[in-house]
Amino acid sequence: MSSLLDAYAEVAGRDVVSHLQQLTSPLKGMKVVHVNSTRTGGGVAEILEKLVPLSAELGLDARWEVISGSDEFYQCTKAMHNALQGLAAPISRPLLDAYEETNRDNAEELRALLEEADFVFIHDPQPAPLLGLCSARRGRWVWRCHIDASRPYRPVWRYLREHVAAYDASVFSLPDFAQALPHPEYIIPPSIDPLSDKNIDLPQDEMEQVRQEFGLDPERPVVLQVSRFDRFKDPVGVIEAQRLARKFVPGLQLVLAGGSAADDPEGEAVLSEVRSAAGDDPDIKVLLLPPDAHRKINALQRTADIVIQKSIKEGFGLTVTEGLWKGKPVIGGDTGGIRLQVVNYHTGFLVRTPQGAALRIRYLLQSRDRMAQMGSKARQFVRENFLLTRHLREYLTLMVGLHYGARYRIELG
Amino acid sequence: MSNNKYSPAEPFALKDCALIAIATGRKAVTLTELRDHIRDVNIDSIYHHFWGGLLGARFEEREFNNDIATWCRRQLREPALAEQLAVIDPVEHKDLEDLRRELLEIIDDRLDESETAHWLQASRPFEFIRTQLVIFDTGTRLARPEALAEVIPELSTGTIFYHFIDARRRIQGGLDDFSYWLTGFEKPYTALIRGLAGIDPFFSSLSQIREKMTKICLECRDRGEE
Repeated sequence: MSSLLDAYAEVAGRDVVSHLQQLTSPLKGMKVVHVNSTRTGGGVAEILEKLVPLSAELGLDARWEVISGSDEFYQCTKAMHNALQGLAAPISRPLLDAYEETNRDNAEELRALLEEADFVFIHDPQPAPLLGLCSARRGRWVWRCHIDASRPYRPVWRYLREHVAAYDASVFSLPDFAQALPHPEYIIPPSIDPLSDKNIDLPQDEMEQVRQEFGLDPERPVVLQVSRFDRFKDPVGVIEAQRLARKFVPGLQLVLAGGSAADDPEGEAVLSEVRSAAGDDPDIKVLLLPPDAHRKINALQRTADIVIQKSIKEGFGLTVTEGLWKGKPVIGGDTGGIRLQVVNYHTGFLVRTPQGAALRIRYLLQSRDRMAQMGSKARQFVRENFLLTRHLREYLTLMVGLHYGARYRIELG
Repeated sequence: MSNNKYSPAEPFALKDCALIAIATGRKAVTLTELRDHIRDVNIDSIYHHFWGGLLGARFEEREFNNDIATWCRRQLREPALAEQLAVIDPVEHKDLEDLRRELLEIIDDRLDESETAHWLQASRPFEFIRTQLVIFDTGTRLARPEALAEVIPELSTGTIFYHFIDARRRIQGGLDDFSYWLTGFEKPYTALIRGLAGIDPFFSSLSQIREKMTKICLECRDRGEE
């Protein structure tokens, strides 16, 4: 077994890795290409960073390609992202033209690779038109939607649907996110990589160093939200929750740690709103971290007493998974994939308002034993359901399924 | 139901499987809608909501043995109906269409007896999912039942699902593959068969089932009953 597979066997179990090897055998040597629009920042890039090398270790000819475009392209795709999450805002024709042009430009570079691939996974709306631009394609094409598209703004969805309807299959994180499309719609929740810098165990002194760097007092409780500065993550609502809770928990510290993703042009405006809401409160730390600050985020999550993800809309919420993996109870918004991970009184609490979040912060900080029990359950829950190995298993199953036809039982060998 | 593919007393071919969920786009928020969808949803979906969930992510202890009963209890708040649906034993049905018919009869009875049952709105919809199952041969063969005690602790949860759960709808009488294989030997493996039959597959996770099977196999081996 290779060292990478050995390392995963150590965390996830040898039976899990052996299962992956067996499932890969009918696919050995096949060319698989993943395409998205950023190599750093955001959950998709983090998943692909390990999913692709692990696929290669198992014997697939796996590659990851990234498309790039103009500012107008990113404005358009951000607007699409928001519209899929329900924001009723039309996208202007010039922005859509930039979107299509960027895809045409990228298709020129990628066409040969994509047309000869056995499987192409196109992630999210950004590269979706590539299928229509690769007319000599021979493999199976899958559109992977990581966004909560359960109630999209219809005019934008109708436009995007034109680009994705011709795919052989699509993948959504939850059944509720799936839209009517003329092909099989697979349900695959995402995952975290237990061996990445963001999730590996850290030495105590490294955590202490990070605590000092950000001026956190080890004697007082810390609640943490890690996410992009995005209105759907409700960072201002988290500040309100901290202010409500600290009437009962004096000295409560809040850290809002956000990265900026290369494909998110709105981040700066939201960051400014958050800074304004935080004012000069010394117990609220608003941290803009670079996209490669994985170990710092890891240390912050391990340092925190409670992890919050008070999203109003959420595709899946990998920061929730990360918090659970570190044995922390999570207070999460009652939406999207957070519901799949946070179970009241077991792994954390689902909330709808800043008041609800404040109430649960108070409860948890008054019940330390309960917090420890919930944290232990949380880690086990992630080990069994949301590690990268489970994610890859489902991609492999999908590929076998598409390769051998859409029958509901496929018996190999 | 079809018979199993191998004959008892032949070497046991260990298989493994992986399951993936596929959305059907069908959702129900009332009992009437649930009934209408059950009537014509793809039969794979009935399989998924009785069996497939056992191989998927699960957190809480299962209160009922199928997703439909669970939804009626938790989302529709119809406890009596949930209990009636939970009593259905899928292995007693000759095929999935027969199982579908029983589901419809129970729901129709409830709709006939209660006017309010027509109007209750669930707090969250029932999402009909179907399943694609990929089965593959591990290449491992067991010549004698005595090997089970060594092998079972190493099996993947996919193998446990295929041989201990999925088997019940492949083999007449709702037996699991291991028990079916054991019945083919001249030496009676009665205690082992009885022990395996005592594991209820609907209320344990697959890893818990593996632990229980291991314990039973070890006990039988140590008592010299294998």
